[in-house]
Amino acid sequence: MRYHFLAAALAASTAITLAAPAGAADLEVTHWWTSGGEAAAVAEFAKAFDATGNKWVDGAIAGGGSTARPVMVSRITGGSPMAATQFNTGRQAEELVEAGLMRDFTDLAAKEGWKDFIRPASLLEGCTVDGKVYCVPVNIHSWQWLWLSNKAFEDAGVPVPTNWDEFVAAGPALEKAGKIPLAIGGQSWQTTGTFNVLIPAIAGKDVFLKVYQDHDAEVAAGPEIAKVFKAADDARKMSAKSNVQDWNQATNLVITGQAGGQIMGDWAQGEFQVAGQVAGKDYTCLPGLGVNQLISTGGDSFYFPKLDDADKTAAQEVLASTMLNASTQVAFNLKKGSVPVRGDVDVSAANDCMKKGLDILAKGNIIPDTNQLNTEDTNNQLNDLFVEFFKTPSMTPEEAQKRYAAIIASAD
Amino acid sequence: MSISGTTTRRPSQLFRNLNAKIASLPMILTALVVFLGGTAWTIVYSFTNSKLLPRLKFVGLDQYERLWSQSRWFTSIENLLVYGVLSLIFSLVIGFILAALLDQKIRFESVFRTIFLYPFALSFVVTGLTWQWILNPDFGVQHIVRSLGWESFNFNPLYDQQIVIYGILIAGLWQGTGLIMCLMLAGLRGIDEDIWKAARVDGIPTWKTYLFIVIPMMRPVFITTLVIIASGIVRLYDLVVAQTSGGPGGASEVPAKYVYDYMFLAQNLGQGFAASTMMLLSVAIIVVPWAYLEFGGKKRG
Repeated sequence: MRYHFLAAALAASTAITLAAPAGAADLEVTHWWTSGGEAAAVAEFAKAFDATGNKWVDGAIAGGGSTARPVMVSRITGGSPMAATQFNTGRQAEELVEAGLMRDFTDLAAKEGWKDFIRPASLLEGCTVDGKVYCVPVNIHSWQWLWLSNKAFEDAGVPVPTNWDEFVAAGPALEKAGKIPLAIGGQSWQTTGTFNVLIPAIAGKDVFLKVYQDHDAEVAAGPEIAKVFKAADDARKMSAKSNVQDWNQATNLVITGQAGGQIMGDWAQGEFQVAGQVAGKDYTCLPGLGVNQLISTGGDSFYFPKLDDADKTAAQEVLASTMLNASTQVAFNLKKGSVPVRGDVDVSAANDCMKKGLDILAKGNIIPDTNQLNTEDTNNQLNDLFVEFFKTPSMTPEEAQKRYAAIIASAD
Repeated sequence: MSISGTTTRRPSQLFRNLNAKIASLPMILTALVVFLGGTAWTIVYSFTNSKLLPRLKFVGLDQYERLWSQSRWFTSIENLLVYGVLSLIFSLVIGFILAALLDQKIRFESVFRTIFLYPFALSFVVTGLTWQWILNPDFGVQHIVRSLGWESFNFNPLYDQQIVIYGILIAGLWQGTGLIMCLMLAGLRGIDEDIWKAARVDGIPTWKTYLFIVIPMMRPVFITTLVIIASGIVRLYDLVVAQTSGGPGGASEVPAKYVYDYMFLAQNLGQGFAASTMMLLSVAIIVVPWAYLEFGGKKRG
């Protein structure tokens, strides 16, 4: 009796599946966007994709990229791939592509003319391996921002700095007023990020490219980078009292005026927005640390593993073009706090800081993101070095530079 | 019943206890394929330059050279040594003392036993997070003592590079000592009451009885305990991740975390395999001579 019922139920469920319109499919999409603003942004993708008659199955993995990426990679290599997955624009999925596990979207890209509207071109280049397009960039995030709390400087009785040197000079005054001059979270990627932002600001774009693009160890050991280490030493002293872990806790120190400033990517802007702060009035943003107006063009891309199911494979193409659709791009990026990858959409809703970024982008003052230039192995070694440097006052800049040069020399 | 003397051949050695052999076959296969096979595979690939995916492109000892030039690796080993030695000594000493105290036929023994064993029911992650809060200078022990009036009181292990490993040790001991106590208590209960009576008749002080009579008699219990503690030391990982995630500034890194980070975060399998092979080697150096002495020599009663 029970068996009959079970069989009937199974038969019924199969019938339902078969009855679904051909071509439509459920696609599982994995990503690590779990904070409030991020989840709202993802919902825009899901809404747009559901509207095409398919179904977005959300596969959010909590804990940030470093927790999520191992899960994603082991699912793909382990033979149970999702239909689409996020990675940072760059080299994180390089080997998966080389191993032939990812789908190639060259035809779709040519048909829709991705080359014509995705700007800067480096984004699509990051997705291209041997002339074939393997991923869809969805947003642009840049690292080179110094966020300053106007209240903290008011309390300390000094004017809000307009560049890095003034900020360093204001350090003692901030400290006297009981503030932490520079907030840096304890996670290692934040210290590396701070250093990587200091390079183009202190030593310029060329040095940045020589070190990270050409992996020139001589430049890494040279006097220009020595200056950067000097600046990092200043940053280290200014951040000595900052004992928070997460980046948003550090941002919160700036929002509440307990800290003078923070070097962090433009995603920090979402935190200021949520706290109801107004750019220019409550906080100040200095792209390129107010020295060299340069921003990097990192961000997130979606990769599509190869699947056996024909319906799902067809739906993957729909998802890819939905993500790049002009209206989806605007809706998604406004919620995410990032810049759309399309140069031809209306972003008048952007705030002051975002407009500064768009302006620099339009002028073409851009550098590639370190994720695009370095392997995860190199980034991880840099993380180990910088977290040690920033938390060990006895480690000299010279000593750190020697190890830095060795890492750059072994990078590939 | 005249089997003896007949010419029947003895059944082949292979088919003796056939049922038992068939029953243990899955376990033998698991041990061979998963443990030995996996170990061999790891060692072979530690000589390659495998990145995200394993590939057989041999690079000789490059991974090992790189491993032994990393200051993070040295810190990890040093931390594991400090943690290992101290955790071994303290869990045994504290565990034994607690057990000896509980063995004095006190009232509410089972209540105390439950209280002491309870931390063991918590996972390392929960233990680590709890102790992260307790040791947090802004609202943990330091804050409480300071608000009681000792303004200059300083107890901040998790944010001080020099002593961070002791902060982890405290949490580890808190979690693990209860189990050691229970094992010891079981051992003490196994000692014949007559031995105590005899010692008392001979006028031997209690502490001497413990040290020279009871402890030597508890040898098997101590060995079991040692193995349990040692296995807990080598796999030290989750406690560190929950309490400090290796910080501050990489001062509380441990080898298992190095392996995980390089295999999964840095997408460098070769480096992770090299590190895990070194871990296996160090365990083997300690365990093999000991096992040889313990099991290889003449059988003890």
